[in-house]
Amino acid sequence: MDELTKIAYNCRKATHLIEKKLIDHLTLREKLELKIHLAGCSVCRVFEQQSTLINKMVRDLFHPEKITELKLDEEYKKQMQERIEEKLNKH
Amino acid sequence: MSNNNDIATNVLTEPGKWVAQYADYLYTYAYTRINDEDLAKDLVQETFLAALEKLDQFKGNSSERTWLTAILKNKVIDVYRKKSSAFAQKTDVAEAEREQQDFFDHNDGHWNVEHRPKAFGIEEQDPLINKEFNYILQKCLQKLPALWLSVFTMKHMDDQSTDVICEELRVSPSNFWVIIHRTKLNLRACLQKNWI
Repeated sequence: MDELTKIAYNCRKATHLIEKKLIDHLTLREKLELKIHLAGCSVCRVFEQQSTLINKMVRDLFHPEKITELKLDEEYKKQMQERIEEKLNKH
Repeated sequence: MSNNNDIATNVLTEPGKWVAQYADYLYTYAYTRINDEDLAKDLVQETFLAALEKLDQFKGNSSERTWLTAILKNKVIDVYRKKSSAFAQKTDVAEAEREQQDFFDHNDGHWNVEHRPKAFGIEEQDPLINKEFNYILQKCLQKLPALWLSVFTMKHMDDQSTDVICEELRVSPSNFWVIIHRTKLNLRACLQKNWI
């Protein structure tokens, strides 16, 4: 089996290339390999779509206007406030 | 020790209002990245105290919140570094590849049938509308081992360069890619399991 035939059937390598593509860039050869694989593999096409989606969601997870902000408990906040004021008022 | 003249004279910032304005935000920032309530609380407190000490360094070039977040971010990276140094030695590539046999056939690299990605059904919509999916994503992130979460969030939340991540967490470039790949496989699988 030649190399291109191998990649055409290798989902493990294809998913790795998808991750690399999303973060970095692929070499021409890698681009070709991935293209050939995805042309014939609908499962990896789903993976790529979802992987892109997950990256976008993780990136947006901390946008202040989008996040469901967690609440720190009031007692702890009160303690922190006291410590800050103590420091501020020391002098 | 703190320089109290600076505390008294820095008019650019109002430490007395920090807790009310930023405590929840900073707590969320820390918690999403380290997945430990008590530690996240401690880091927020440490951030405020450290900021008081360096009040004279705040020049108002960025917002108060950005400045406080930067201080917290360094503390989070310290935690990553401590947690991951224990892991880093063990994370060898061969081990990860064995683990991936769960996902892919050992011989031909095909997806194993039970692990094949299935459509979530929300790929085409704006996912941010879907709070429930976001919630599951956060839960799934929290299940990841410390080193994976560190690498993954530094890359995908904070957009750090790969070189910086490898250096800060003492991970080799090849292990970096192994971790990124396996984290995504696991995260995606967790979403599928809990969503569909």
